[in-house]
Amino acid sequence: MNLLKSYFLPRLSQWLITILIGVTVTFILPRLLPTDPVERTLSTLSSLQTMDPRAVESLKEALEDLYGLGGSPFEQYINYWKRLIRGDLGPSLSAFPTPVIEIIGAGLPWTVGLLTCTIFISWILGIVLGTLAGYLPKKLWCQIMDKIFISIYPIPYYILALILVMAFCYHFQVFPLVGGASGKPEISWSYLSSILWHSFLPATSLIVGSTAFRFIMAKALTSTIIASDYVNYAETAGLSRWRIVLFYVIRNTLLPQATDLGLSIGGIFSGTVITEIVFSYPGIGYSLYMGLLQADFNLILGITVFSIVGIATAALLVDLSYPLLDPRVRYK
Amino acid sequence: MKIIKDLFKYHLSFRFGAIILLLIFLLATLSFFSPYEAAKRRVVPKNEAPSFDHIFGTTSLGQDVFWILTFAIRNTLIIAGLAVLIGRSIAVILGSFSGYVGGTTDRILQSIVDSFIVIPRLPLLILISFVLKGELNFLHLALILGFLDIAWPSKRYRSQILSLREQEFTYTAVFSGMNTFKIILKEHFPFFIPYLLADAVSGFLWAIGIEITLAVLGLCDLTTPTIGTMIYWGNYYQALLMQRLWVLAAPVITSIFIVVGFYLISTSLSEYLDPRTRLKRLGTRE
Repeated sequence: MNLLKSYFLPRLSQWLITILIGVTVTFILPRLLPTDPVERTLSTLSSLQTMDPRAVESLKEALEDLYGLGGSPFEQYINYWKRLIRGDLGPSLSAFPTPVIEIIGAGLPWTVGLLTCTIFISWILGIVLGTLAGYLPKKLWCQIMDKIFISIYPIPYYILALILVMAFCYHFQVFPLVGGASGKPEISWSYLSSILWHSFLPATSLIVGSTAFRFIMAKALTSTIIASDYVNYAETAGLSRWRIVLFYVIRNTLLPQATDLGLSIGGIFSGTVITEIVFSYPGIGYSLYMGLLQADFNLILGITVFSIVGIATAALLVDLSYPLLDPRVRYK
Repeated sequence: MKIIKDLFKYHLSFRFGAIILLLIFLLATLSFFSPYEAAKRRVVPKNEAPSFDHIFGTTSLGQDVFWILTFAIRNTLIIAGLAVLIGRSIAVILGSFSGYVGGTTDRILQSIVDSFIVIPRLPLLILISFVLKGELNFLHLALILGFLDIAWPSKRYRSQILSLREQEFTYTAVFSGMNTFKIILKEHFPFFIPYLLADAVSGFLWAIGIEITLAVLGLCDLTTPTIGTMIYWGNYYQALLMQRLWVLAAPVITSIFIVVGFYLISTSLSEYLDPRTRLKRLGTRE
């Protein structure tokens, strides 16, 4: 009960505030900017294909209704929320009248798969390697690893992905460039393995980048932890090195890493979007790109709102699992 | 000055970083002596592989890759620099204000800042640039990047201020009658500056990455040469498919050199001048 009050409630309210602010920003931004989204959409649509004037007029009404441009700003804002709570993000303009939420639904499993895979693998790799490098700073292979990760870390996601494409899709032509799988969706070895095959390179480009970050963080954390009294004591008591690394050092580096994970999911998601675009991977990042190419404002807005809510929720879930890692929070 | 000399002498990664950055700045300065105008196309034969005349080859738009690269480096550095300047100035003010004032104001500001840390910035940026498309020039881009990169640094500055506020020497200054403004300026700022330097670099790296991403998506002003627009035009004319690697290799390799150079400098600087270790050193002296 105490835990609920002191730990869960503040986080839940922060979650609500985040969503409130994010959604409000997406509401205000298109209205602050000089161009009218309705006019813009209409002009791009009519430049793509010739349209009947009456159809344009009715589309204009539909769009104004959709963006909630009728009534006072406050009424518009309330209507915006009402639609969002119903899960109604409007129809896609380029694939009219498919609802945006359906397009997101189709892309979501791919994105979530890529994201969770990346987070799990880079988390484990980064923490284990980083802790070892911090624990054994004099070993040559640790120093080499350190130099490699320090040089990889600052490279933008896009550049990393582009280099992998250049090397493995064009130069060596090992991996396929387009799509998420080949063949019909079914539960068979050939289909599942094609998913793995197609996602290998996109996942690698993401994993390399985020592992570098975890590695650097884990190493820095470890170097402060090995100076602590309890590690000294464990060493004096003659515990084996593996035991110290696993149960004393890593156990303690996990806590700040978990806090940081909740905060960095948004960044990793941005990386996923870029990676999906580079590899034409059929997730929601790629849908966002298609929306961009086809000037589909509704799709872009819908995906933005959806990703804000989704990432905030994912961060909340990570935050709420924190007491599992930290007994101090549990027993307070 | 002496610190820089020492670092250069004894710190390997600082030396590497400094040499790389020197080269980069040299390239950027060379743009002022370019024989071709920045935005002009079809000034040299198209799609030529690197040769003695055009050491990095030529693009599909008929530009010399080497000279266009010098402009690109300059513009990218300016955009990222402006973004950092804007973002960090606001972040410093916001963070220190929040840290000094404390109480309810601090709590409200912090929950807003926390929200912006969680919200994914790329979709938001894509939304903004899409609505602004065509009007997204240099300065707009820098402004937007600056404004979106306030949350993290302001949180870090706030925690710095909070720990500085509790230090012994702050109390000494307060009790000897120094006013708050003077304390911030004279006592706290010296601790802040090295921290600010290292942090500014991380903002710089982010801005460069986002500039490249937005340009590649075709969301920036595509007539201005930047690292990102160079890659955009390379992709646009199918440089990979047509085996014209040099068009993409130049901006890709340069961008890696820029970010790694800056990062090496910042890590070695912060290792040397980390306020925490400096505070620790102060603590042992007492």
